[in-house]
Amino acid sequence: MRSFTYERARTPAEAASAVATMRGAKFLAGGTNLLDLMKLEIEAPSHLVDVQDLDFGEIADTDDGGIRIGAMVSNTMLSAHPRVRRDYAVLTRAIQAGASGQLRNKATTAGNLLQRTRCSYFYDTNMPCNKRRPGDGCSAIGGSSRQLGVIGISDSCIATYPGDMAVAMRVLDAVVETVTPDGSTRSIPIADFHRLWGDTPQEETVLERGELITAVTLPRPRGGKHFYHKVRDRRSYAFALVSVAAVIQDDQTGQVAFGGVAPKPWRVPEAEELLPQGAAAVVSRAFAEARPTDQNKFKIPLAERTLAGIIADARS
Amino acid sequence: MEFNAPAGQNLFDRAKIVGKSTPRIDGPLKVTGTAPYAAERHGVAANQAYGWIVGSAIAKGRIRSMDLDAARRAPGVIAIVAATEHEPVGTSDYNYAPLFGGNEVSHYHQAIAVVVAETFEQARSAAGLIGTEYDRVDGSFDLASSKDGAPLASEGGSDFAKLGKFEEAFAAAPVKVDETYTTPDESHAMMEPFATIAAWDGPDLTLWTSNQMIHWGKQAMASILGMPEENVRVDSPFIGGGFGGKLFVRADAVMAALGAKAANRPVKIAMQRPLMFNNGTHRHATIQRLRIGAERDGRITAIAHQNWSGNITQKEGENGTLQTPKLYAGANRLIENRIAQLDLPEGNAMRAPGEAAGHLALEVAMDELAEKLAMDPVELRILNDASGTVPGDPDTKISDRHLVRCLREGAERFGWSKRNAVPGQQRDGRWLTGMGVAAGYRAGPTTKSAARVRMSADGHVTVETDMTDIGTGSYTIIAQTAAETMGLPLESVTVKLGDSSFPVSSGSGGQWGAASSTAGVYAACVNLRRMIGEKLNFDADAANFADGRATLDNQSWRIADAGELTADGEMNYGDFKDGYDVGTYAGHFAEVRVDAYTGETHVTRMLAVCDAGRILNPLSARSQVIGGMVMAAGATLMEDLHVDKRFGFFVNHDLAGYEVPVHADIPHQECIFLDTLDPVISPMKAKGVGELGICGPGAAVANAIYNAIGVRVREYPVTLDKYLDRLPPAA
Ligand SMILES: Cc1cc2nc3c(=O)[nH]c(=O)nc-3n(C[C@H](O)[C@H](O)[C@H](O)COP(=O)(O)OP(=O)(O)OC[C@H]3O[C@@H](n4cnc5c(N)ncnc54)[C@H](O)[C@@H]3O)c2cc1C
Ligand code: SF4
Repeated sequence: MRSFTYERARTPAEAASAVATMRGAKFLAGGTNLLDLMKLEIEAPSHLVDVQDLDFGEIADTDDGGIRIGAMVSNTMLSAHPRVRRDYAVLTRAIQAGASGQLRNKATTAGNLLQRTRCSYFYDTNMPCNKRRPGDGCSAIGGSSRQLGVIGISDSCIATYPGDMAVAMRVLDAVVETVTPDGSTRSIPIADFHRLWGDTPQEETVLERGELITAVTLPRPRGGKHFYHKVRDRRSYAFALVSVAAVIQDDQTGQVAFGGVAPKPWRVPEAEELLPQGAAAVVSRAFAEARPTDQNKFKIPLAERTLAGIIADARS
Repeated sequence: MEFNAPAGQNLFDRAKIVGKSTPRIDGPLKVTGTAPYAAERHGVAANQAYGWIVGSAIAKGRIRSMDLDAARRAPGVIAIVAATEHEPVGTSDYNYAPLFGGNEVSHYHQAIAVVVAETFEQARSAAGLIGTEYDRVDGSFDLASSKDGAPLASEGGSDFAKLGKFEEAFAAAPVKVDETYTTPDESHAMMEPFATIAAWDGPDLTLWTSNQMIHWGKQAMASILGMPEENVRVDSPFIGGGFGGKLFVRADAVMAALGAKAANRPVKIAMQRPLMFNNGTHRHATIQRLRIGAERDGRITAIAHQNWSGNITQKEGENGTLQTPKLYAGANRLIENRIAQLDLPEGNAMRAPGEAAGHLALEVAMDELAEKLAMDPVELRILNDASGTVPGDPDTKISDRHLVRCLREGAERFGWSKRNAVPGQQRDGRWLTGMGVAAGYRAGPTTKSAARVRMSADGHVTVETDMTDIGTGSYTIIAQTAAETMGLPLESVTVKLGDSSFPVSSGSGGQWGAASSTAGVYAACVNLRRMIGEKLNFDADAANFADGRATLDNQSWRIADAGELTADGEMNYGDFKDGYDVGTYAGHFAEVRVDAYTGETHVTRMLAVCDAGRILNPLSARSQVIGGMVMAAGATLMEDLHVDKRFGFFVNHDLAGYEVPVHADIPHQECIFLDTLDPVISPMKAKGVGELGICGPGAAVANAIYNAIGVRVREYPVTLDKYLDRLPPAA
């Protein structure tokens, strides 16, 4: 770990401008991802702006019948919130399928959206990795890739966005609210929030330097039955091989997104329209352009079978 | 004391303390966090500095240069010992790859430097400033492509053995299995990392460390550092898991000693988790071919087990064949164990080395044979049970064996009769369910072991031996043994372990620790009884010791009246044992359910019925067995070090990437001990169980998965990607 300086921001504007003006500065929320990466020198910020004192700890109803989740709301609080449990159960289920009780107590809504990939080579600073050192090459291509992405990936990087919460937020059409260093605000639909890797796998979201997440809003509940099925090699405390978030209505229409397969929660509207035809139709459309490796090609039939299980449950 | 013939009746046959479930006496220290583990021993040496080990970034080659300037100037840095500035250290009999090897790199994450600083953070941060240039050379990293032409691990013995005419008998057998199984490299993944505090006092070196085998550690350190053995002290009273990974001193001890010398201060090192997997040892991957031929009635006529593994110096592979000569009858046999050269980190002992991997092949092959015979797999094993002498070695007698009871009682308790013999037929909602069985064999060795017992003026007894407690319960069974032998309550015994200044014990490994160390303590206590008898003038060997008194012929003495006494004792074993195979046996049962949609496997129940002689402490023995069952389930379901065959290292080298079971994976375990006694092993008639629990349950789980889904996976771990495409179509 490199030495760094530290401050606690008192206002969002102050936080945003501190990170924008200081080279190498980063926000610090729960620290469950950033501090781990700093210990391994995968991240080496020169300055941390701790945002825990900002007034972002509430979940409130919005005028249009949805909710607004403060950026600092913990995963535990969010998943246990009565309205979330009632109206957005897919989100509760997704969060509770992630990490551990202790980590969820500390992990924040904003931090969770920004957690970095779990590619093993990304975690070993001896190994070439374009995401850590742009232009260095990607060790995972031709290496150990069972856990990695099958779609939306590129020749520079085949890693995934590994989180669960965002996959549920994707089917709920969440919107990420931010404040930029110049004081203006932005509303970014979650569909546009994470980038595909392309030639710049080091750039993972559309956030600009110093842009601070203040909240995530969810639109009016859509009803339906809510599912989150996370498939992994052990029953807890592991990242998804494949996860499927779905909201399914009585007429078999609905929304579906896949986790553990791509640089972002993977939702394809044209595929989703095929839900009434069943899982095979949805998955073959959603993964039409997949480029899996030998080690991870199983993820596509696994996604299909997992969705088939959900559809069967929804019908029963 | 010499153990020269099978034990007759003795005081343990009337035991009041030995054999009773006894909570571990070190339990309160552990649950209150006051049992001091190596890195927490802040008080043992003043002025401790912190060391951070730098691991090689390449698997094989040479270090061209190391730029140490920036690190040396970094805040708090006291000393750096680097490969480019230091001779390679010596080797020892206990490890094959050098622990600090100068400019020559022999495996990934091999230690190439230690940075010593005032704080842990400063040492870690300075280590990041070292710039190392390497000349990388190609290595051999793939077992499958290196196995052809691999030599036998050694001539004869357990590495090559023939009996009868295997080829002919196998060709003639009406029912046959011929399959190849692979098991991956596995990591011990113990909770406590390698950790040592080292301090020099003139020529004397003390290591407060975490080590299973104190005397080996002392010998190895002396030979590695080229110093006399008597100048080395090793102290390891508490060990947060080892599983064989801590049988030998590792780089933490060596680098702490070198760092302490350079810094002229005590140095503490706790190895960072990401280094543990490639710097330490691991269980070697295996490729195993099983051929079994049988008559139509199920009697085995031919059995061959061939095994391949690889290691850095082509020594000490993973011999998966070990149990095969022992478990089943059959007149025509072949055993072959070959070893290839690989440039991966050093493979070495991990819990039940050989057998743990071997059962994953043999016991699945038996399941496959049972199916071909249309026979119940429990009955097939019972039909081919061995008795009298060892099937693969007819000159050797079996000491005491009750495998059939293990299987029968297990089947009864587990509800085996409800198993559907036709695989893939049992459905419970979205789940396919299945049951599996496997037999288990693990040797029950003993080795000489010494102890010292001191009686104070008030009759309190303190036991000292360099035996270790690796979480197994040694403290407690040793206290039970001393209390029983001296006729004292448990509270009147204190046990001190793990210090090389104490008499040399068996140490903990190979499941010999419980049987051997308690026998050594018994020998010392017998000598103490005799000293008491001499002092108070009675024949101690004839007297009965109970309630703090010795009684003989209506006379009785308070033992404390003998005053302060110290007795040493050692148990040695005579040649008569060479004529016996002392084994431990188990029947393992598992039930699983597999999600018919996703292929996820959940183990729902596990049962082990164990035959291991007298069980010294059923409570701690049970912990050992169920712990082994967890590891066995892990081996079948998930554990897998991924080899990067280009760079030559284990890629998933942390506890996020290397998955071991969590509580949710293991909902229900049962362990039953048969009330058997083995007079051949020792006066205690007790055999170890620490490794029996990992021999078989993995195969039972694999067989249960097959029974559930009707798809056989012979490449461990049995993860869903290997059978998903063969599951019935999802609706
Ligand atoms: C052992 C382990 C297991 C885990 N398992 C899972 C799992 O199964 N599923 C899962 O989804 N997750 C899992 N996680 C990840 C966990 O959910 C994340 O670490 C956590 O959500 C991050 O939140 P945080 O508040 O601690 O973020 P931090 O570590 O504080 O920050 C993460 C990133 O977000 C940035 N950031 C934080 N707040 C803001 C803000 N307001 N605006 C802009 N940028 C900001 C930081 O600069 C940093 O780059 C696991 C983590 C661990 C350690
Ligand atoms: S997949 Fe991405 S994160 Fe992994 S090594 Fe390649 S570039 Fe790095």
